[in-house]
Amino acid sequence: MSWLDTANLNLRKRRRRALYFKSICSLFTWSCFVLLAVLLVHVGHKGVGLIDVDFLRNAPSWRPEDCGIWPAIAGSLWMMGLTALISIPCGVSAALYLEEFAPKNRWAHLIDVNISNLAGVPSIVYGILGATVFVRFLALEQSVLAGSLTMSLLVLPVIIIASREAIRAVPSTIRHAALALGATPWQTVVHHVLPTALAGILTGVILALSRAIGETAPLITIGAVAYISDAPAGPMDSFTVLPLQIYSWTTKAQSEFQDLAAGGIVALLVFLVIMNGIAVWIRHRAEGNAN
Amino acid sequence: MTQMKIQPNKFNQGSEPEKEAPDPRQDSALSAEHVTIRYGNTVAVDDVGLAFAANQITAIIGPSGCGKSTFLRAFNRMNDFIPSASLEGAIRFQGIDIYDPAVDPVEVRLRIGMVFQKPNPFPKTIYKNVAWGPQINGFKGDLDELVENSLRSAAIWDEVKDRLHKSALGLSGGQQQRLCIARTLAMQSEVILMDEPCSALDPLSTGRVEDLMLELKQNHTFVIVTHNMQQASRASDYTAFMEAGKLVEFDHTEKMFQNPSNQRTEDYVSGRFG
Repeated sequence: MSWLDTANLNLRKRRRRALYFKSICSLFTWSCFVLLAVLLVHVGHKGVGLIDVDFLRNAPSWRPEDCGIWPAIAGSLWMMGLTALISIPCGVSAALYLEEFAPKNRWAHLIDVNISNLAGVPSIVYGILGATVFVRFLALEQSVLAGSLTMSLLVLPVIIIASREAIRAVPSTIRHAALALGATPWQTVVHHVLPTALAGILTGVILALSRAIGETAPLITIGAVAYISDAPAGPMDSFTVLPLQIYSWTTKAQSEFQDLAAGGIVALLVFLVIMNGIAVWIRHRAEGNAN
Repeated sequence: MTQMKIQPNKFNQGSEPEKEAPDPRQDSALSAEHVTIRYGNTVAVDDVGLAFAANQITAIIGPSGCGKSTFLRAFNRMNDFIPSASLEGAIRFQGIDIYDPAVDPVEVRLRIGMVFQKPNPFPKTIYKNVAWGPQINGFKGDLDELVENSLRSAAIWDEVKDRLHKSALGLSGGQQQRLCIARTLAMQSEVILMDEPCSALDPLSTGRVEDLMLELKQNHTFVIVTHNMQQASRASDYTAFMEAGKLVEFDHTEKMFQNPSNQRTEDYVSGRFG
């Protein structure tokens, strides 16, 4: 006779507890979902009707009915492009160096900790840094370039961390296989480590850039302004971005401007969905290639 | 890059072709002299001296953790990638100390190939797996031919000839390991180190890998680390027995398994421990 025969198994109570726990989890999940849905429906209800060709093509105006968001969309695209150009090479190189080449000593550890900390620094701090260094010291004024450099600072830690994770996930057996065939560490990285890590790196990069596209605070700090009547034509032009435009409309008293803000939010959401869609697509492709 | 002055078959010149297995001390492709390897302060390999005969198969056996894999990796400088590992003593490949600062470790790994414990094909096509090593090292000849010959030598050509441009990850474990061997053969390295190459394979695939070694030893020198005593006795000409980082005994395989000089060797090969 084993202890099992006399033990109080309490199966009913245990099953009930499991059920409670499951219910609480699903309750929280659904309440998040409902909140988001309410927000989307509310904004969509007000905003979707506003979006037409004129809204996408026009510049902001004092008259709500003439208002459009073209300069903000163009500004966002400019800033995203420049930020990507600056931050991806820097971030991926840094991640590669730290993971593959840097000696694993106390300095490496110190840099590690600092990058993680930088990822948590409030964006306004980067804004102040950008205003001091890029806008004033380098005299870039309120240009797209100054904004992109500031945004690059903001997203770099995120890109570095995500890329490092992806690089670390590449099995070391692949590195050893390449090295044992007489590859230099550099060839090993370029031909095998980077392509294998690409899906993860790109996902991290796009998520980081999605964050950049929604940021407002650092751009307010460097003095990007909401009333811009022309799309920027070059990196030294002044600019505005979608979230700034939305913010400036919400601060206005007339309710028509509130509706315009809703339209802007819908545009921004569409933008984000497209970006995340691209991220999923790239990931799919890269994973498909690997197999 | 410092060129190692390597003359092919240097060790077979001057001496008459022998029927009997050559004495490794005189006709060695690769030798270790007083090699001590440490991980930090832990000694993994303790003052081991050993010479591998050219065009022969040498097996290294011993219980887990005896340092045999560490020792093997020292011969193509794969331990360089373990930051805490350090080596004392000398490892000579055709007379040159491969740990001499003037020697480029990349060239060492070109000359001394390695097959790993777990099949590790690149996540690329079968063709690219074989072609990549020669390509990055400036191969100028007919790549298709080299790939085919290598796959044929590794006895996998018939199984993959219709799917050369499909992913190598679709192959079975045994096929993957033979692909890894083909990849190493494509480099035409003089020496091929094998680190428990059959431990992830079924008996049938294991048999094929052993047959391969026996066929290929005309052109290559093999050193194989194995846990499988039958494999050592079946497939090798020489056997080295290591225990706790030390070389206990090294001799002709027949002698090691039938009439070893050392009591520990006898206990181990007869399955009394390990």
